[in-house]
Amino acid sequence: MALKGLDIFKLSPKKNCKECGSPTCMAFSMKVAQGAADISACPYFSEEAKATLMEATAPPMKTIKVGAGEKEIALGGETVLFRHEKTFVSKTRYAVALCSGMDDAEIEAKLANISKVDYDRIGERMYVEMVYVNYDPAAGADKYLDLVKKAAGLNRVLVLGCQDAEVAKAAVELVKADKPILNGADASNYEAMSAVATEAGVVLGVTGANMEETYETIKKLEALGNKNLIVDVGVTSIKEAYKTAVLLRRTAIKDGDRSCGYPSLVQANVLAKGDLHMQAALASLFTMKYGSVIVMEEMNYAQALPLYGLRQNVFTDPQKPMKVEPGIYAINGADENSICLTTVDFALTYFVVSGELERSGVPCNLIISDAGGLSVLTAWAAGKLSANTIAKYFAEADIEGKVKNRTLVIPGKVAVLKGEIEAKLPGWNIVVGPTEAVQLVKFLKDMQG
Amino acid sequence: MPFNAKSGKFNASINVVEIGTGDKKIKIGGENVLPFYTFDAPVENAPKVGIEITDFGLEHEPDCVKKYYEGCATVVDMAKKAAEMEGVDFLSIRLEGGDPNGANKSTEELVQLVKEVAEAVDLPLVVCGSKNVEKDAELLAKAAEALDGKNAVLLSAREENYKAVGAAAGLAYKQLVGAESAVDINLAKQLNVLLTQLGVDGKSIVMNVGSAAAGYGFEYVVSTMDRIKAAALGQGDTTLQMPIITPVASEVWGVKEAIASEADMPEWGDQEERGIDMEVETAAAVLASGSNAVILKHPVSVATVSKMIKALM
Repeated sequence: MALKGLDIFKLSPKKNCKECGSPTCMAFSMKVAQGAADISACPYFSEEAKATLMEATAPPMKTIKVGAGEKEIALGGETVLFRHEKTFVSKTRYAVALCSGMDDAEIEAKLANISKVDYDRIGERMYVEMVYVNYDPAAGADKYLDLVKKAAGLNRVLVLGCQDAEVAKAAVELVKADKPILNGADASNYEAMSAVATEAGVVLGVTGANMEETYETIKKLEALGNKNLIVDVGVTSIKEAYKTAVLLRRTAIKDGDRSCGYPSLVQANVLAKGDLHMQAALASLFTMKYGSVIVMEEMNYAQALPLYGLRQNVFTDPQKPMKVEPGIYAINGADENSICLTTVDFALTYFVVSGELERSGVPCNLIISDAGGLSVLTAWAAGKLSANTIAKYFAEADIEGKVKNRTLVIPGKVAVLKGEIEAKLPGWNIVVGPTEAVQLVKFLKDMQG
Repeated sequence: MPFNAKSGKFNASINVVEIGTGDKKIKIGGENVLPFYTFDAPVENAPKVGIEITDFGLEHEPDCVKKYYEGCATVVDMAKKAAEMEGVDFLSIRLEGGDPNGANKSTEELVQLVKEVAEAVDLPLVVCGSKNVEKDAELLAKAAEALDGKNAVLLSAREENYKAVGAAAGLAYKQLVGAESAVDINLAKQLNVLLTQLGVDGKSIVMNVGSAAAGYGFEYVVSTMDRIKAAALGQGDTTLQMPIITPVASEVWGVKEAIASEADMPEWGDQEERGIDMEVETAAAVLASGSNAVILKHPVSVATVSKMIKALM
């Protein structure tokens, strides 16, 4: 709940000493309330008052950090419910599950598979960032500890799924420097689990049979002083898990209840055990609605390609367009003699155009110049796509040295540029292309025929 | 202190639209909460799943879809088979062949086919046009006439041809009008207003507010749908309270992740799996954003998405 300036003023020293840089304590309090000044600028606030204020002015949803060093990942910290209000802060992370109850061959296969999906999409590395290591009591503690060691070798952030505090303690001890998540606290064991997690300084995962029970356990953990938490939305049913994920986020953001303001973890691998397509559906659903970590039985390319693309879309800044790198993109096995086309670096334009070019089957070079990440008409209107910018890019990137073909197709929407481009790029045959990408297939076929 | 959730129920609700006739008819819309927020208030009508076939029959289908229609000689055979598949609530026939820049099949030929399909199955029917606005003006108007009494959805009326499609489907033959706009809340609203000014009952309009495959500018789809639901429910905007129907199949079965062969992309693995997951994940995402119905192609996608909807209701 945001504090008003007056509430802060009541706690202030009321000395009007100006040491903070503001003329009066009242003015300073107002600035603090608006977030324009930091409370620590005043040397006279009592520690108590500071603590009260820090608590009251903290964001409704905590940012929880897991993993160490380069692998560190921030979860949560969201400030809105919908992406059109403000950018979502911490993207959803995906984990693959291992279990000590699996036989050795299965474990080896899973370990080998986890690093398979690893590719780049518009400047973002797409891979399985976390590994969930589940404890099966029937297989014994030793086997679990072995598995934890093996999983640590994958160099991913670990989630240790274990409800037995003693085994958990031994497991956390092995990898605590890597800051794993310890997932396994519930109403029955929260005290012991919390002790293990706080002692090792790791994030604790808490769950319950339903939202109400989970909430009570969170309250109890907070009473113990543990606020380094992540909430497992549970495995009772898909419906209950969805309810928990939505209510946590909404109650934290809309109603300012900080006991709901923790990142969430979704075990899609348990909710849809054995059904990989259903897990794909759930991964998509919970990427949309408030899952911070989603655990899958495996991550293959079929699941990953749409999922990582979706995540990249959903977690973009609504005011900042996605851009692709300028360059020559060879399509359908194009070489230096293949026809050239050019368009802007707006990611959506690039994807639609390159998709249609691929569909045409015609080898061609798609030349992307820097147009500020705007669409064709917007870039043209803003002066970021003109004969000058294209000619400048051609010179900078030495296009003429790299490509021998001298036919360049320009977007139909900027047909007016034809003459100017011809003047700036002597020796090139400038052709006006279609106005819509979807007409490219026919256009290229007609051109060939 | 026990947890007390505040209800996120709204005072306004989405229109209920009934599609089809008889035992198999379906209802979409009616909710006064965000998608699947059954904990805020009961959601009476679960989102529905349709299966798509086209006038080309098996000719243009990927092999992984063809195998499910083994033994089907005609489009009508396919329609019958599709209607029996698990999780199918309605049938969608896309008249791709009508496109003057493609096969340019005649309106008579296509309307005859629609008629035969409608006679062969008792499922609610959605007729999708050729995507060419001039051709669709004629094609969908004639289809509306041919389907008299079937209470079918004609998808779609667009800004360029809403008069022809709206007048025939909405006024003359009392079918349902699918209003299609391109991923923008203002365009969606404007088209609904234009259609109602024409005299079409707002309660017989469903919207296709545009879609994209996951990863292909899908953020616009999410934000458009989020904002439409916010306006419809939160502000009680009656010009946006129409249920949303999203053709997913026609978006996803064109992107390379779904259709590139395994020979071309060996590290990506099996093409069928990729197609299914692209369809399933896109469908799950549009449903989470507020679609009241989705149109899919692969039978496994249909079954999976239908199962997910049931699990959430």
